[in-house]
Amino acid sequence: MEHFSPLSAALGGALIGLSAALLWLGNGRIAGISGIFGQLLPPARTVVWRLVFLASLVLGTFLASLLFPALGNAPQLVAPPTWFGGGMPLWIAIAGLLTGFGTKIGNGCTSGHGVCGLARLSNRSFVAVGVFFGVAILTVAITGIV
Amino acid sequence: MTKTLSLPYLAVAAVSGLIFGFGLYISQMVDPLKVLHFLDFTAIPTGGWDPSLAFVMGSALIVMFVAVRIGKLRQAPLFDTSFHEPEFNRIDLPLVAGAALFGVGWGMSGICPGPAISLIAFWPSNLLIYLLALFVGSYGGSFIIPSGRDKRLAVAQ
Repeated sequence: MEHFSPLSAALGGALIGLSAALLWLGNGRIAGISGIFGQLLPPARTVVWRLVFLASLVLGTFLASLLFPALGNAPQLVAPPTWFGGGMPLWIAIAGLLTGFGTKIGNGCTSGHGVCGLARLSNRSFVAVGVFFGVAILTVAITGIV
Repeated sequence: MTKTLSLPYLAVAAVSGLIFGFGLYISQMVDPLKVLHFLDFTAIPTGGWDPSLAFVMGSALIVMFVAVRIGKLRQAPLFDTSFHEPEFNRIDLPLVAGAALFGVGWGMSGICPGPAISLIAFWPSNLLIYLLALFVGSYGGSFIIPSGRDKRLAVAQ
């Protein structure tokens, strides 16, 4: 358990929960990134708040790395892992396609189903979370990427 | 639709996005290797497994669970007339197949859509292919399974 970081994990998780809580109680929207991202495409109607949210997401990540470098893992983020380094474009393209297509037809990803859906006790989210965690664990076991 | 362009509405989106970014960085879930060390159950026998992601999900869920309870006591969110709760409740093939395909993509890359966006803060050019594919995949999916909003639009037209 050399990488285990329960305190920063719990603190970061609480912040993600707080973000989802704010968007839900403020605007009645689910903080699901695949949904916020996916509905930017036609026939999208509410584009502005989605762009504001996504730009702030990038900015927040950047600011956190400046303000609390020790809490996160800034050193590992200086360079991308090998498969994002340019040598495996097909691998990365397939991963992106599957993630985009899968989260669209499955109506959510780790944040939409995993945080918001489970908190709403949605049956669909319990099934989705079980399936994508199970398949991801299987995929990592098969590819042996780490 | 002007309410979604009001200052308080957009401020909520901005602050929420900002906090989400802080959460992803501090929880270290922006790091693909960190995520893969959780998903790598083959490392459990050797002691190399990293259970951190479970703590991220756990504490995020506790906070959001309380927020959902608070929401149920109110008729509407602060800056809109109703909660946009998904109206479709059936467990169907697109849900299961979609989650499975996403699982493969997540396991191959170590990133899900949240980190994919927030990693733009660190190595944007390396994400170009992935983000383009994410966009194309998502758009392709919308032809197979329209979301609730799209269905409502089709009915309205």
